[in-house]
Amino acid sequence: FPAFSLCAGAGQDVGRSCILVSIAGKNVMLDCGMHMGYNDDRRFPDFSYITQNGRLTDFLDCVIISHFHLDHCGALPYFSEMVGYDGPIYMTHPTKAICPILLEDYRKITVDKKGETNFFTSQMIKDCMKKVVAVHLHQTVQVDEELEIKAYYAGHVLGAAMFQIKVGCESVVYTGDYNMTPDRHLGAAWIDKCRPDLLISESTYATTIRDSKRCRERDFLKKVHETVERGGKVLIPVFALGRAQELCILLETFWERMNLKAPIYFSTGLTEKANHYYKLFITWTNQKIRKTFVQRNMFEFKHIKAFDRAFADNPGPMVVFATPGMLHAGQSLQIFRKWAGNEKNMVIMPGYCVQGTVGHKILSGQRKLEMEGRQILEVKMQVEYMSFSAHADAKGIMQLIRQAEPRNVLLVHGEAKKMEFLKQKIEQEFHVSCYMPANGETTTIFTNPSIPVDISLGLLKREAAIGPVPDAKKPKLMHGTLLMKDNSFRLVSPEQALKELGLAEHQLRFTCRVHIQDPRKEHETVLRVYNHLKGVLKDYSVQHLPDGSITVESILIQATAHSEDQGTKVLLVSWTYQDEELGSYLTSLLKKGLPQSTS
Amino acid sequence: MAAHLKKRVYEEFTKVVQQQHEDLSTKKLRLTKPSKSAALHVDLCKATSPADALQYLLQFARKPVEVESVEGVVRILLEHYYKENDASVRLKIASLLGLLSKTAGFSPDCIMDDAINTLQNEKSHQVLAQLLDTLLVIGTKLPENPSVRMRLVEVACKHLTDSSHGVRNKCLQLIGCLGPVEKGVAKEAESQAAKDVQKIIGDHFNDQDPRVRTAAIKAMLQLHERGLKLQQAIYNQACKLLADDYEQVRSAAVQLIWVLSQLYPESIVPIPSSNEEIRLVDDAFGKICHMVSDGSWVVRVQAAKLLGSMQQVSSHFLEQTLDKKLMSDLRRKRTAHERAKELYSSGEFSSGRKWGDDAPKEEIDTGAVNLIESGACGAFVHGLEDEMYEVRIAAVEALCMLAQSSPSFAEKCLDFLVDMFNDEIEEVRLQSIHTMRKISHNITLREDQLDTVLAVLEDSSRDIREALHELLCCTNVSTKEGIHLALVELLKNLTKYPTDRESIWKCLKFLGSRHPTLVLPLVPELLSTHPFFDTPEPDMDDPAYIAVLVLIFNAAKSCPTMPALFSDHTFRHYAYLRDSLSHLVPPLRLPGRKLVSSPVSPSITPHEDPSQQFLHQSLERVYNLQHLDPQGIQELLEFTIRDLQRLGELQSELAGMADFTATYLQCQLLLIKALQEKLWNVAAPLYLKQNALASAAAKQILEETYKMEFMYSGVESRQVVIIHHMRLQAKALQLIVTARTTRGTEPLFGMCEKFLQEVDSFQRCFISELPHMQGSFVDKLLDLMPRLVTSKPSEVVKILQTTLRQSTFLHLPLPEQLHRATANIIEPTGESDNPLRFTSGLVVALDVDATLEHVQDPQGTVKVQVLYPDGQAQLIHPKPADFRNPGPGRHRLITQVYLSHTAWTEPCQIEVRLLLAYNSNRSKASARIPKSTWNESLEALPPSENGIEGTIPFSKPVKVYIMPKPARR
Repeated sequence: FPAFSLCAGAGQDVGRSCILVSIAGKNVMLDCGMHMGYNDDRRFPDFSYITQNGRLTDFLDCVIISHFHLDHCGALPYFSEMVGYDGPIYMTHPTKAICPILLEDYRKITVDKKGETNFFTSQMIKDCMKKVVAVHLHQTVQVDEELEIKAYYAGHVLGAAMFQIKVGCESVVYTGDYNMTPDRHLGAAWIDKCRPDLLISESTYATTIRDSKRCRERDFLKKVHETVERGGKVLIPVFALGRAQELCILLETFWERMNLKAPIYFSTGLTEKANHYYKLFITWTNQKIRKTFVQRNMFEFKHIKAFDRAFADNPGPMVVFATPGMLHAGQSLQIFRKWAGNEKNMVIMPGYCVQGTVGHKILSGQRKLEMEGRQILEVKMQVEYMSFSAHADAKGIMQLIRQAEPRNVLLVHGEAKKMEFLKQKIEQEFHVSCYMPANGETTTIFTNPSIPVDISLGLLKREAAIGPVPDAKKPKLMHGTLLMKDNSFRLVSPEQALKELGLAEHQLRFTCRVHIQDPRKEHETVLRVYNHLKGVLKDYSVQHLPDGSITVESILIQATAHSEDQGTKVLLVSWTYQDEELGSYLTSLLKKGLPQSTS
Repeated sequence: MAAHLKKRVYEEFTKVVQQQHEDLSTKKLRLTKPSKSAALHVDLCKATSPADALQYLLQFARKPVEVESVEGVVRILLEHYYKENDASVRLKIASLLGLLSKTAGFSPDCIMDDAINTLQNEKSHQVLAQLLDTLLVIGTKLPENPSVRMRLVEVACKHLTDSSHGVRNKCLQLIGCLGPVEKGVAKEAESQAAKDVQKIIGDHFNDQDPRVRTAAIKAMLQLHERGLKLQQAIYNQACKLLADDYEQVRSAAVQLIWVLSQLYPESIVPIPSSNEEIRLVDDAFGKICHMVSDGSWVVRVQAAKLLGSMQQVSSHFLEQTLDKKLMSDLRRKRTAHERAKELYSSGEFSSGRKWGDDAPKEEIDTGAVNLIESGACGAFVHGLEDEMYEVRIAAVEALCMLAQSSPSFAEKCLDFLVDMFNDEIEEVRLQSIHTMRKISHNITLREDQLDTVLAVLEDSSRDIREALHELLCCTNVSTKEGIHLALVELLKNLTKYPTDRESIWKCLKFLGSRHPTLVLPLVPELLSTHPFFDTPEPDMDDPAYIAVLVLIFNAAKSCPTMPALFSDHTFRHYAYLRDSLSHLVPPLRLPGRKLVSSPVSPSITPHEDPSQQFLHQSLERVYNLQHLDPQGIQELLEFTIRDLQRLGELQSELAGMADFTATYLQCQLLLIKALQEKLWNVAAPLYLKQNALASAAAKQILEETYKMEFMYSGVESRQVVIIHHMRLQAKALQLIVTARTTRGTEPLFGMCEKFLQEVDSFQRCFISELPHMQGSFVDKLLDLMPRLVTSKPSEVVKILQTTLRQSTFLHLPLPEQLHRATANIIEPTGESDNPLRFTSGLVVALDVDATLEHVQDPQGTVKVQVLYPDGQAQLIHPKPADFRNPGPGRHRLITQVYLSHTAWTEPCQIEVRLLLAYNSNRSKASARIPKSTWNESLEALPPSENGIEGTIPFSKPVKVYIMPKPARR
């Protein structure tokens, strides 16, 4: 019973997550992401890997999306509407709510701004979302009679989930992206001891162990606070969803605690809509927000207001969150240009910046930037870097493995070199085998499934009554007939099996001759044998029958003199098939001969 | 229909029994006792169906059964038990048996055999479990009977093989509670039961049912609690249980491991997969640390809590808990804490402006990195970052306890604690600040740490700020910059939150007296003096300036060179502050100003003994007054009271003691005065006026006795007796006065009976103290008791009068410590001239902030009273959460009082004061006031001069100016 796993994307690579799992004959596609780095065909996973001919709907039993980041759901409309898939798509409620906003935004940028054709349309996004089935946390969804899935909390972003896919007694857990340390708005990923056959885990930070988040937060707040107290302006370039909300909450609570008055702004657009969903889905957030929402929903910001372009020129201190996060275009860049000249101001980069962007340049220490139109912008403002990332680090990954206790681990969504290190660690610490397939590579994992068999209560009780008291931790031998009929297994008593199959009962009898050197008369030999057995087999009923034979339970022993040699007696031992155990024991016992002392 | 009628009849029958009960007075209850078991018997026999029987039993269970009839009832129940076929009824009977054997005074050994017998034939698992529970109750009722216990344990062992988890659970519980503990008995038992209790329980650590496993561990812990030394062999078993699938098992296992680590800290255990060996306590510590990252938060809390109490663990293990080796792309990275430290020691000030500041340095050997350490690595780092605040709090508490015992660890955990000051939950922040305060004697704050600590001063929560002030009071600062920083931040805090004035001043007082040498170089700057020019004199009323002066003066106390730096006005300000804020400004020896410092204060401590002596001497003197003439007695008492009161004012440590004795003597004085009135010799109606005096005296004595009983903490039973005795005398006085003034004997009759009842209850309550009260009022009274009971009221009064006169004055033994409950309302200050305006009919919230000292159980006793000018009084019960406990014996009440009134024509003052509620029925030690819903009871009580019945005013009233405006239409 092998479980397959095929990586159509996001093997040893970040971006474009797409994994195909075949488990006990069921095919499940996990995530359907796109690669942000490409603008051609390579941005979407190659779905021809899945099936060369035939419709995807026939081949795939379901599609599962772990969270709303585009590298996990970006290719979904393309996949369902353009390639063609009509089966169910599963995602959590927040993901279902936020995903279309992001897809629509992405579509706008590619089609309306860059003018690409042959891309999915708004209608396609809508049609695609109609195929989505939303699931709750810890809700077991029965996809069909055999396949069931269950979502676990994963942290990372709002609505991110890990999924357990189960067919019969075989199961796979797919983590998507997850975070094992809680942050200001989300809790930590959690899974029960479900002992899956395979755990597919992301490994973005396979070789990193992070410092405590408190230091980072404190640093961040201190820097912002100092600048604001000096009367400077703080610019924080962010992407609309995820970290932005965390930082907002961080600043909001800090402002509240410290009674600060300087305004905080958030650039409008996407974020407002997203914040709305954050307000709705507070059950998905962390303990603090969940517990205090009755008094006040933390996402109803008191101090954070919507940004207007004109505000950038206002005098006095302020804090502005602006998109996009790498300072390569848009509002954040505009504000940056306005503020860069004043050394009182500060820009805080909360995340990673791709090479070539303004963000990357200023972080690497460049002080004079060449803008379009040959303008030279001198950067006098302070530049700070803060890493706020919501992926599990190496310790976190190990912790999750410890919690779930899988039999095999498969690493995806990371760099090959780093994964190698983690793989080695996992094998060393947990003694489970670990795989790290490349894109398009198939990994086959053999499992040892246990097969449930029905047993009739009568038989169970009868068999349980025999022998010592049942001990749950030890296997117990039972006698019965295994019937394999109509794809089901049943253990029934032999009589019933015969009856059901309409067969007559045959009796199988073993007979065995044992030669014993004994010069005495036959009945004396019998007596000796009888005494011997009586002495050895204290727990069994040994009887000496009047016709000169001995019975041990239902086993018959007769002695005759050897036809040629009178000194040798032949013991005839005969037992039925059911008594095989005792019978063979008896023969071996008799073969050892009789003790001499009894003579 | 017939059946229905029949049922009705039975129902009515039982009702009758019940009513009999309610109507009968306590004395006559005895008569119904036999009928009670009989009634039950009748009920059960008549019950037609199991449901009926169950109903009867349920009704029966609601009523208490007297000790004498328990056995009879048990017999009936048992009899019915054997006849009953329905399992649910048997279950109820079994549970009733347990309940009945709990009856106080009943010895259940007589029913034990029957109870064990019932086990024999029982088939239902639930009933079996219940029966075992009953046996457990019986066993715990018979602690001095090892043979019975042995038998019960044997019974339990027999049922351990039962297939139901409930039964096995109960068996284990029973063994845990009753299993033999002493070694001798255990050996003896081995011959009988041939089994070792620990082994039996240990075998069930591997049971298939998690509930049974938990019960087994709990039973083991129970044995430990009862004093059995657990065997070390269990340790390995317990370690295996840490990996159990069920959280309750893991949670219990963590406890068991902890217990074992405390029992065998020094024994050596091998590390699996290597040849090394470590101490057991270290191994256990590592294992429990591991559980701090468990999947279930219940286990995490448990583990984090227990870590705190493992103080024998070796230091390198301990320090590992704070270590989490950081790496980035397989290269070693320094933590932010390490970077901050380095930055500090290198003297550089630029913080990481560059991106690569935290760039990882050296390469890490991939083989050496252990991602999931078996050791204690980073346990606290994880615990403090946990998702659930319960875990974080537990971790902070554990840190606190460990740091208190290990200075080096305290130094290390500082960074982490400081980080916790920024937690999102206020409770956690508060807890970590308190923790820091507790370990502050072990640590010195670095400047960068101080910076972070001080940043919290801007917190909008008052509790946090005040906790931080307390922390700063006892912090060691290393540099003068640190002191300066702290001062600047505190002043900033002062401007932002002016209400923190007192607390900030106090904080600076300690800061100054702890770091005189660090303050010295700062003085010119702080006072802005100049070597050549005179600088303008600062405003004396500026709180910030006062704050600076408090810091300097306190530092100057132990730094004699400092006053030389002061300018003239500083000396003048000193004199002023020394008078106005004497608790904050210490006496200084100033050059040429010797007179300023009062001669008494510097030597407060050595004087302590003489003043205590004085107290005792004056008391001795009073006790001899028996032989003086009446006039002399009065004078002596008056003088002594005056002396004591003055002593209390001078010596704050003895204030409680002095006040207490003064009050007592005052009572005595009043009593003597009242008895010497001439009215006793003359016909009553003529002396109405004097009469009023006597009754007033009686009333006042009563009040004072309540004060003595309930306002002082540390009052022991010896004092309580005396106080009650005084009260009894006052009541007698009252009775006599009433007897004199009222005509007719009808009302007197009731009063006499009541008084006699009180004497009776006095005797019952303080029977053990009576021998000490030779010749006292009550002693004599009890001698005369038989006569009193039979005689007429007028005679009773006469007897009382003579006894009262003849009785001797009782000595008041003084307890070790006695403190008077005091309250001080800080807010409202009562100084405001601006009335609080609000629309009539609506409410306005008045912030009340008060400090309470030496109040026991303030949540239950402290009330706020608001008196309106029209005489209306309102009593408010503050919420329990409004009380903070900043230190032992001190409480802080911060609450809001809602005021409302109909419209007034002009603003007027209301009075706010705090009351101490008491319940005269309760004895000092035991019960508290029955809980009434807080803040809800707006009782309009009649105004009285000295507070309300059942309450003692114990704070000065504060006047608040309010103005309810008529609502605009």
